[in-house]
Amino acid sequence: MTDVERAVADAHRGEWAAVLAATVRVTRDLDTAEEAVQDAYVRALQAWRRDGVPARPGAWLTTVARRTALNLLRRRRTFEAKLPLLLGPEETGPGATATDGDGGAAIPDDRLRLVFTCCHPALAPEAQVALTLRLVCGVATRDIARAFLVAEPTMAARLTRAKKKIAAARIPYVVPPAAELPARVDAALTVVHLLYSTGHTAPAGDDLVRRELCERALDLAQVLRRLLPDHPEVAGLHALLLVHEARRRTRTDTAGRLVRLEDQDRSAWDRDLIAEADGMVVTALRAGPPGRFTLQAAIASLHAQAPTYESTDWAQILALYDELGRVWSSPVVALNRAVAVAMVHGPEAALPEVERLEGGGRLAGYHYLPATKADLLHRVGRDADAADAYRAALALCDNAAEREYLAERARSVDPAG
Amino acid sequence: MTTTDETLTQYVVLIYEHQTPNWPDDMPPEVMAANETFDDWIAEQGGRVVAGVGLQASDTATAVRNGVVTDGPFIETKEALAGLYVLEARDLDHALAIARMTPVADGGVEVRPLLGLQLGEPG
Repeated sequence: MTDVERAVADAHRGEWAAVLAATVRVTRDLDTAEEAVQDAYVRALQAWRRDGVPARPGAWLTTVARRTALNLLRRRRTFEAKLPLLLGPEETGPGATATDGDGGAAIPDDRLRLVFTCCHPALAPEAQVALTLRLVCGVATRDIARAFLVAEPTMAARLTRAKKKIAAARIPYVVPPAAELPARVDAALTVVHLLYSTGHTAPAGDDLVRRELCERALDLAQVLRRLLPDHPEVAGLHALLLVHEARRRTRTDTAGRLVRLEDQDRSAWDRDLIAEADGMVVTALRAGPPGRFTLQAAIASLHAQAPTYESTDWAQILALYDELGRVWSSPVVALNRAVAVAMVHGPEAALPEVERLEGGGRLAGYHYLPATKADLLHRVGRDADAADAYRAALALCDNAAEREYLAERARSVDPAG
Repeated sequence: MTTTDETLTQYVVLIYEHQTPNWPDDMPPEVMAANETFDDWIAEQGGRVVAGVGLQASDTATAVRNGVVTDGPFIETKEALAGLYVLEARDLDHALAIARMTPVADGGVEVRPLLGLQLGEPG
């Protein structure tokens, strides 16, 4: 990669959302702004090769994108007049152009508006994720399609439909009022978390694309933390992702097979990241009754700081799961809580809880349920039942690394089976 | 489209109700009463009701599909369309904040942007 290519790539990753948000102020619709910004990045590659990389790439890109947008609008004026506008007229008035003086650098609020529009609950969850990647992160439609294992035209249609709904239903381009903010922040954090999880434990797909999803999610978490410093859940989510990052390299072995938490090489975990995350968790816990991301981060952080699996502070982890179940009741949380119950009170105490979840039916098709049950059965000495449960998990699992692990467990607990 | 104010968007709020056998006679009186004052409340919120429609029970409906006439609504659903109103609001968040307060007995609402509205001349 040449210096210019690297500069464009850096500006793409670092400035896309700000450039797009500043361009929306001119176009007042997302589609035209997106097209103009895309075009500005293409021009940057040629212009910067010829003239050198500008001192402030973001400002250069914003200026070019806005000029392109104005040309596009002039051409489409008759058509555009019939479309509902994303921003009210008062929002494109003198206050909005005050940023022009310094080359059009967007105020932080602009990026937040973009995030809240993309993560609006009136959009389907998969559309929220795709829009956030496209509009906030600037990831190409082709790459989003690859990450989510759908054909490019399918993903393009999904994005088009979502943008059409934003325009037709007039989903506002605003930071929500204080009363709605906690729920809307939670929706945005859910999207970021889903992005990271998709990259971290994708059911399938190639590693490079998945890695990019994780990095984008981390970038977003960091940006949101800067923009929403008073929301402890934002710090909670960021901390949660950092702990996952710290342990990432030990999740699979050199052959790509999944390694259980208890078997992971703890000396290879990134201690600096874990310490950074823990500091954030402590601050978030002090800020008031903790939300679900802070609680999950606290649990992950305790695991990350334990010298061994056995000497983990399981009693504390169980208490955190109890609290998590209160603020965010979900069968997946109940299943993870059962693992902590087994460590504190023994596998006999945890088995009935897992069986109750099995009877509840909401986790049907979730392979971690029979896998967890299998571990518990093995620990109480019921190896034939354990092998059956591992095989039941295997039948539900698509991920090659996890399938190999489950098959190996089934063989090792019941070599005769 | 005739909006009184260009910064407002028109939506239709579709009201779905789980209809009891004697619908709408056994619609709870508090829902009826809430409907009486709802338009004024919407105006206080900065929205406006352009038109409102209440429907008889879905078992009075007649469907015509490919020219064939059948008894009952076009689509049988647990909750049937019971009424609708045309609402002017600033944006979807504003429309949702109003629509979620729609008086309903046992059901919910759907909010959709309006494509067009034609009201007949008063006869």
